[in-house]
Amino acid sequence: MRTKRLRMVMSAMLVGALAAGCSGGGQEETPQETGPVELTFWTWAPNMDKIAAVWNAAHPDIKVTVSKQAGGDEAAAKFLTAAKAGNAPDLVQAEYQMLPSFVAAEAVADIKGEVAGVRDQFSDGIWNLVTLGTDGVYGLPQDSGPMMFYYRTDLFTKYGIAVPKTWDEYAAAARTVHAKDKTVYLGGFSSKDPGWFAGLSQQAGAKWWSITGEAWKVGINDDATKKVADFWGGLAKDGVVDTQAPWTPEWNAALNGGKIMSWASAVWAPGVLSSNAPDGKGKWAIAPLPQWSAGENYSGFWGGSSIAIAEGSKHKKAAAQFASWLNTDAKALDLLIKEAAIYPAAKSGQNLMTTAPEYFANQADFWQQATNIAGTARGFTFGPNVNVAYSAYKDAFDKALQNKSSFTDALGAMHDATVADMKKSGSPLASL
Amino acid sequence: MTTPTRGARADRAGATPYLYLAPAVVLFTLFIAAPIGYTAYLSLRRVQFSGLGLGKKSRTEIFVGLDNYRTAVADGEFWAGWLRVLGYAGLVLALMLGLALVFALLLDSARVRLARFSRIAIFLPYAVPGVVATLLWGFLYLPSLSPIHATLRTFGFENVDLLSPSTVMFSMVNVAIWGGTGFNMLVLYTQLRAIPRDYYEAARIDGAGELAIALRVKVPILAPALVLTTVFSIIATIQVFTEPMTLRPISNAVSSTWSPLMKVYRDAFVTGDLYSAAATSLVIAAISVVPSLLFMRLVRRQAFGEER
Repeated sequence: MRTKRLRMVMSAMLVGALAAGCSGGGQEETPQETGPVELTFWTWAPNMDKIAAVWNAAHPDIKVTVSKQAGGDEAAAKFLTAAKAGNAPDLVQAEYQMLPSFVAAEAVADIKGEVAGVRDQFSDGIWNLVTLGTDGVYGLPQDSGPMMFYYRTDLFTKYGIAVPKTWDEYAAAARTVHAKDKTVYLGGFSSKDPGWFAGLSQQAGAKWWSITGEAWKVGINDDATKKVADFWGGLAKDGVVDTQAPWTPEWNAALNGGKIMSWASAVWAPGVLSSNAPDGKGKWAIAPLPQWSAGENYSGFWGGSSIAIAEGSKHKKAAAQFASWLNTDAKALDLLIKEAAIYPAAKSGQNLMTTAPEYFANQADFWQQATNIAGTARGFTFGPNVNVAYSAYKDAFDKALQNKSSFTDALGAMHDATVADMKKSGSPLASL
Repeated sequence: MTTPTRGARADRAGATPYLYLAPAVVLFTLFIAAPIGYTAYLSLRRVQFSGLGLGKKSRTEIFVGLDNYRTAVADGEFWAGWLRVLGYAGLVLALMLGLALVFALLLDSARVRLARFSRIAIFLPYAVPGVVATLLWGFLYLPSLSPIHATLRTFGFENVDLLSPSTVMFSMVNVAIWGGTGFNMLVLYTQLRAIPRDYYEAARIDGAGELAIALRVKVPILAPALVLTTVFSIIATIQVFTEPMTLRPISNAVSSTWSPLMKVYRDAFVTGDLYSAAATSLVIAAISVVPSLLFMRLVRRQAFGEER
């Protein structure tokens, strides 16, 4: 009898404990009446915790806790999933191209009212990236990634080529270099970096998405982008540009060992070069990107991100205060530059950049050049399904590289996948 | 303590089994049945935008019946993915289980030296997480720094690309075998150690050599364990995800839909279409069950015949 009762009690306890264990996580969070406001912040910028500590010391009523994230597509997916599950952070670093999908998923808040005071700190082009061309404001610009041409000065001399002013000169130089040494390439085409391709297309004047009235217009296979795709397709087909997947130890070794002599990259490249190609220190320099026609002067954007506030945040106002401080306050901008190696989006921040990065010690006017180039960069509106387009880019161009098939077709596949996705979700599409 | 009446006793006896069952039922409901139910629910819906899809309340979830299933099944890439996975699974099953069996038999035979060391050495890769193992091998597949390529070059094979469309599957098979052989070997080996030694003695007296003992005594007795390892391996290889996903960034030959599960991942987390992902994953679940059941049916008599 006794053992039976004991068993019953024990199993009852087990069930009870289990139920308690399951409900433990679901308790309603009561807003704190007293004590500081607690904010969580997802970012992948290095040393952001140090910058938050400076804010926390000066603002005892608003405490920001930084949670370091991995960047890339995964970061966006993680945030969207967290928002759907109702446990998103208060603040999140969002790449510009991901912002529209965050807005479409109602994961980030319109903070127009909270940040009206800092509007004139940013140029119109950059501001457009956080308003998405609408009346709302969905984040504050943090950094931008104007593209420029990085090249090895010593190797350019060795192979007797000049810095290409136009893409035609670039193609000729690519052929010359590869003819002289089969193991060396002037540069590479990356099927893994849709953002890179987007930036080069922007330079050519592409408009992948635009809004006409109440409808989206998709122009991924517009003439400007076709021109860019054909250009790289030709070079890839002839094998005169490197087509290996970048961001691998193999690629690092090629960059470090001078097997890749130049890189059309963005203003954040010094950080990449100094860690991935340490041997090249003092040998690289920057110039504007090659142009499509002589006399033109354009660039595009690769990367760059904003700080957005989650729709689910209970402290939007406090979060907006922190975001404004982080991206416009002189002290914060100085910290962003020094600690996080960020090229700030705020106009005042760009004046703070005086000393060239250590890796570019040989080019004293590095920031002056960068700022001039940044002024020539043009962007386009990002649509609500950049994630779909970018994923299609990787698949289509991977395949084109493998099969040595037409880049124009790959571009067409990317365009069709993007349009099909928008049709499926019922987005109104303007006819082309 | 007073003796309870008959009725009370019967009641108590009636309630107790359910209480015992409760933890399992609760866990099953919470972590298996409910998620599957929710997946099924999601698979019948999709998001509908109104206007530009920006701004508030422009996004509604609607019921679409079996549309998502139709799209999933009509996608050629999905079936191409299955073909790739079948090729991959066939290779892994044959090579990995073959090796596991050979190693188990070798370790069990009386003559082998360094048995303990070899056992641990073969098992150890199983303790390395799949992502780490694939990254490790992935870096070894990259030519300029890899000892594999250095070795190939000394034998006159220049410019071998282990990550090209025609080779990348074998590169993945290699990772799977490296990681999985040890576990399967251990299952088989443990079973072998449980066989009474008398059998071997009897066989030897009948004039059987080591090879004959292995093939005619050990392997038939191992049959149930072989069935078990095969079923586990079928399920694991059909769901291949880690290897292609981890090799994708370093190879141009692995698409985002290389395996059916990768397509689910892409839909759910890259392109944000949970609804298609839900439908596809249920289709995959249904398809995955088939080979396992077929295999079980095929071998039931041989493997478990004596138990029935």
